[in-house]
This record gives sequence, structure tokens and C-alpha cells, in this order.
Amino acid sequence: MNTFLSDTWHLLLRHVRTTIRIPIWIAITLIQPVIWLTLYGQLFRRVVEIPGFGAGSYIQFLTPGVVVMTALFGSAWSGMGIIEDLTEGVMDRLLATPVSRIAILSARVLHAALTVAVQSIIILLFGLLLGARIPGGVAGCVAILWVSSLLGAGMSALSNGLALVTRREETLIAVINFFGLPLTFLSTAFMASELMPPWIRTLARANPVDWAVNAARDAMLGLHWAEVARAGAMLLAFAVGSVLAATQAFKAYRRAS
Amino acid sequence: MDTAIACEGLRKTYSNGVKALDGVSFAVKPGEIFGLLGPNGAGKSTTVRILATLTRPDGGTASVAGGDVIGDPAAVRLRIGYVAQASGVDKWATGRENLALQARLMRVPPAAIADRVRSLLERVALADAADRIVKTYSGGMKRRLDLAMGLCNEPAVLFLDEPTTGLDPETRAALWRDLERLRKERNLAVLLTTHYLEEADRLCDRLAIVDHGKVVAAGTPGELKAQVGAGATLDDVYLAHTGKHIQAAGPSVIGGEAE
Repeated sequence: MNTFLSDTWHLLLRHVRTTIRIPIWIAITLIQPVIWLTLYGQLFRRVVEIPGFGAGSYIQFLTPGVVVMTALFGSAWSGMGIIEDLTEGVMDRLLATPVSRIAILSARVLHAALTVAVQSIIILLFGLLLGARIPGGVAGCVAILWVSSLLGAGMSALSNGLALVTRREETLIAVINFFGLPLTFLSTAFMASELMPPWIRTLARANPVDWAVNAARDAMLGLHWAEVARAGAMLLAFAVGSVLAATQAFKAYRRAS
Repeated sequence: MDTAIACEGLRKTYSNGVKALDGVSFAVKPGEIFGLLGPNGAGKSTTVRILATLTRPDGGTASVAGGDVIGDPAAVRLRIGYVAQASGVDKWATGRENLALQARLMRVPPAAIADRVRSLLERVALADAADRIVKTYSGGMKRRLDLAMGLCNEPAVLFLDEPTTGLDPETRAALWRDLERLRKERNLAVLLTTHYLEEADRLCDRLAIVDHGKVVAAGTPGELKAQVGAGATLDDVYLAHTGKHIQAAGPSVIGGEAE
């Protein structure tokens, strides 16, 4: 257990170091949510006027949606890092050491969750600047970070698992392009659930992205805490399940090499 | 421990049906530089991967540094250094950071890591570049860092897979000198793979010629040449045992074997 925690920590430091040494990555991380919030905020500004939308300000409605969308896309690319490690021989070098095998995965998943948390804070601050409000207060912010990080952890585990099974960047890119936008639009990230066709509303209930968006929105407003807690628990289960799946993928990878 | 590496009848067929090893056996003594010579696809990398606990053989036995590769890989990992064909260092970290992480994962006591890393950096002449990220290193510097990574835990056995492929002659000669010094200073056993005849001839105490997943001949370079005839070169030896010349491999064929 001690070596698992210590190895996870030191590998996590490696990933954090890599992240902050790629300046273009930091720039994109900062600029992308700003673009989304201003662009979508302007583009869809008047949808709140549709009868039944149920929200007064679109930026208020959109901010948690962008938080969760960023969590989804940021962490879905997490598997690219492990493919780079495979092709550059880093994985073999690690596997020839006594390093805890699970730590190799858990460090990547934690790194994704941590990155999502930092991005979420930036988006919330920018949302505030554009006029969104957080009646949910500190507890609301903590809950938003909780659900977005868990979604990020789960998605990064799935991404890493897929990367270990396919070992190809092209496959990962194709899968993320195929699922990314449908997962986003089968949620209330941009559109109120009341205005969704019933079949989409039904599909959205099985979508972890939708759980996270609804919980983040309620937490931001300080409403429906019981539902926020339930979504938080479901996202925890999603993250744990994804990590277990990734662990199996890693075992299969090591058997096949 | 009078044998550093002993393997017997190693067999491996990959899941895609490629038969990589068909009964490989040899032994390496402490302080010996042992070469596996053969063309790409002969099974050299697979042999090294099995001995370094990265690949499980379908059959056969292997012990490395006194530990059973199949039964107790964790014990073996503590006592070996493995330097793959693909470098395996983190290019976004500095040389010092790479070595410090490797030392930690190799279970060097935390209090000893800083000193160990400093002396390794000096040994491979990277002290001045220690705090630059590896992305800025030249090919030769990267290869010297790879070697230092493999020495972090002061291993009993060092595996080097194609250590000089793609290096210029000067850097190659420097790496040979490093290996000879290490062997003398530390009684280190080195198993290296190569398809360079000159490297096998100059550097290796003994070597095994590998072809189609089998060891077809083994001995000192001198013995192997004497068996074929007076004035024979290693190429003649290779031709006599395999019926073909070893290919003059350039960078274009790097990496054709491992998968």
C-alpha cells in the first residue's frame, strides 16, 4: 500500500511537471473555456426567452455546462499520453522496474482529475466575470469540483483503457470524435431538459455527462442538494467502474506484450 | 552467484502467430559482456524482454541475478537495469529528474537518491546538462542518459537492446569504453543485442549467434572464428551457421523486431 501511494505520488508529479512545461497547453486551457463561454453565451443568449426554458440568464445556465464539457473533453484525451509512453519506450522502462502497476494508471487518472479541477475553477471565475452567480456558495463550488473531477477521472480511465487495448492514436481520436459531441448534446449542457424531445431526455438519464451537468447546475444555484449528492455518488461509482475496466485493459496489455 | 543469466529452452509465439523464440539457451557469467548477434527478427529483443521480465515465455526457464524470471519477477526487477531500443526517458523532464524518479522506482533509499543521481550524471558526463529538459539533448547525450537510467539501482545485470544503433562512430566508441570500465569496476554482467559485427567482435567477451529464434552458435569471437577456419571473420562465421550474410542494417530497419 505504501509503495502504491508513494509511486502514485511520484508519477503524478511527473505528469504535472510535463503539463506545466508545455506552454501551448496552458494557453489553450485558459483560452478555450473563455471562447466557449463568450461564443456560446452570445450565440444562444436568447434561448432563455423560449417559454418553458426555466432559467433567467443563459450565462448562468451555460457556466456549469462548460465546466462539465471541459472536464469531458480534457480527460478524454488522457489516453494519448499513455500511447506516447508506449511508443517512446517509457512504459517498458517503467515495467522493468518494481513500480506498482496500478500506480501507473492511478497517477494518470489523478492527474486528469486534478487538471479538471483547476480548469473548473478558471471557468467558474470567468463565468462570474460574465455575470453568472453562485448562490450555492462554497459548498456549491466544492460540489461542482467534485462532480467535474469524478467525471474527468472516469473518462480518463476509459481513455487510458482504450489506449492500452488499441495502442493507436488514430483509434482514440476516432472514438473521442464519435462519442464526444453526442455525449455533450445528450445532456442539459446547452439545452434545458424541459425543452428536450422525450427520447433524448430518456437517453440523457443514462449519460454520466448529464448527471454531472445537472448536479453542477443545482450546486451552483444551491438547490436540490439530495439530487446533487445522488449524482455525486453515481459519478463516484462511474469513476470506480472505469478505473476497474482500465486495470483489466492494463493486465491484458501486459499479457499480450 | 556464479551465473548472472541462465536460460534454458526459451520459447515464445506472439498472439499474432509470429514464432519469435524456438528454444533459446545460454548462460552469462558476472563480469562478462555477452552479445546476441543476429538480424532483425531473429529473436534478440524478445530474448532480452523475457529476461527483463517484460514478456512471459511460453516455455523454458530463466534465472537472472539469482532470481527466477517467471516465478519471482519482482525480485529480478530490483537487480537489473534495462535499456531498450526506444530510449524510454521522459523528454519533458530534465536528466536529473529522470534519474531521480528512476532511482525512486528502483527502491534506492530516498536519502541516498540525490547523491546517487549526482554521481551517475558525472559518470556519463551529463553533469553540465543535468537541469536541462531531455528534449534539448543530442542523440549521444540521450543514449548516455539511457545508460545512467539502467545503472540507477547499481544492478548486477544490465540489458542493452541495440545500444548503439543510430549512433555516430565516436559516440559508439565512447559507449564501448563506458561498458568496459563498468564491467571492470563493478563486475557487472552485460547482455547486449547488436547487428553490428564490429561491435560483437570488439566489445563482447562471448556471443551467441541467433537465427530464426534459435542459438545457432556460441563462444568467444576467437573460438567462433577458429571453428570456421584460419583468417575467418565474424561475417564468415555468420555465413557458415546461417547460410547468409548479416545484413548491413541502417536506421531504416530500427524497431522492426520488438512487436
